[in-house]
Amino acid sequence: MSFDVDLTKRLGEAEIACRIEVGEGLTVLFGPSGAGKTSVLNMVAGLLEPDAGHVRVAGETLFDARAGIDVPVSERRAGYVFQEPRLFPHLRVRANLLYGRREGAGLDVDETIALLGIAHLLDRWPRTLSGGEARRVAIGRALLSDPRFLLLDEPLSSLDRARREEIMTLIERLRDEVQLPILMVTHDRAEAERLGTRIVEI
Amino acid sequence: MTPELWGIVWLSLKVGGLAVLGCLPVAFALAWLLARGRFPGKLLLDGLVHLPLVVPPVVTGWLLLLAFAPAGPIGSWLQDWFGVSVLFRWTGAAIASAVMALPLMVRAMRLSIEAVDRRLEQAAATLGAGRWRVFASITLPLSLPGILAGAVLGFARALGEFGATITFVSSVPGETQTLPLAIYAALQMPDGEGQVLRLAGISVLLSLAALLASELIARRAGRGLHVL
Repeated sequence: MSFDVDLTKRLGEAEIACRIEVGEGLTVLFGPSGAGKTSVLNMVAGLLEPDAGHVRVAGETLFDARAGIDVPVSERRAGYVFQEPRLFPHLRVRANLLYGRREGAGLDVDETIALLGIAHLLDRWPRTLSGGEARRVAIGRALLSDPRFLLLDEPLSSLDRARREEIMTLIERLRDEVQLPILMVTHDRAEAERLGTRIVEI
Repeated sequence: MTPELWGIVWLSLKVGGLAVLGCLPVAFALAWLLARGRFPGKLLLDGLVHLPLVVPPVVTGWLLLLAFAPAGPIGSWLQDWFGVSVLFRWTGAAIASAVMALPLMVRAMRLSIEAVDRRLEQAAATLGAGRWRVFASITLPLSLPGILAGAVLGFARALGEFGATITFVSSVPGETQTLPLAIYAALQMPDGEGQVLRLAGISVLLSLAALLASELIARRAGRGLHVL
């Protein structure tokens, strides 16, 4: 069981209820904007506290309202690629990539950089990057923190067609070769069907 | 420049420097509390911090005098534990300047802390950074320009402090007589115009330099902070 999520959260007028129990591979959270997909990712990452329920990833309990378990964000080891890149503006691309670097079994730094095609950007400042470049750096930064699972929030938006293809291929590799459990949010049906091992409508 | 002039300038810089250095951690802690804290009485604390900005400086100086007098709450404590008094001393002048500079410093710092994008801090946390690392590697560097600008502004304010200082520690040449106090003293002399002119010129130059420094820092900050 890679993701075992069952939670509810009241945000103002809206009530988010989400139940996911899935096995290996990539799970797509699919639905119209405003349905609370990003909030679900935030709750799995620990940035938003659910009102009730539990979050288990790869057998480990990250949150359980009844048992009083709430693993801090920094210890959950989520590779979270946010909707906007959120690169640290005061650090160059290289320092951004290595910010969460953990020694160990994770991906090789040079290989990841080559894979994402960002080797020529290492000495640049985030503000000089194009949208697609910033997105790839953000993905690289998340991958290099040696995550136990990936949370991807619309990872393919604001990319041109060629880059979309490359990033999709990369996500497929992560899904099949590295076998990271992946929870991905999208509103693009074609994207969902191509990448998703399964699709959860929300 | 005569040795006397140099002495006045040096004393002013010393008083202003100590005031800002001493004020910096206090101002930062207050700015942090006001920017990020949620607690009852926040509005009251906000008001208290800004009080020196609106109360007549003479009143601030008088209150300091009450507090630091040998029989006052802080004065007696200083006397008992360290055997020192700040009355009529340059350290007292620095305290008066620090209190007067505090609101300006807190304001600048608070704004810069509030301007730090919380989403960047969240991103850092998901990458494994604990609270302290997030603070040291994200929040602090991103708010640093505002902190520096606040410090420079506070320094300029401290250099110009008059009312609270003269009430609190009086105008002792060579000890508490900073630039503004020396200008006032020279004005009282029958043939002090030359001295007034020189001192006023120096004051303007120092203040201008501080303002320019503050502006340069703010501009540097503007270049880095707006990209997400």
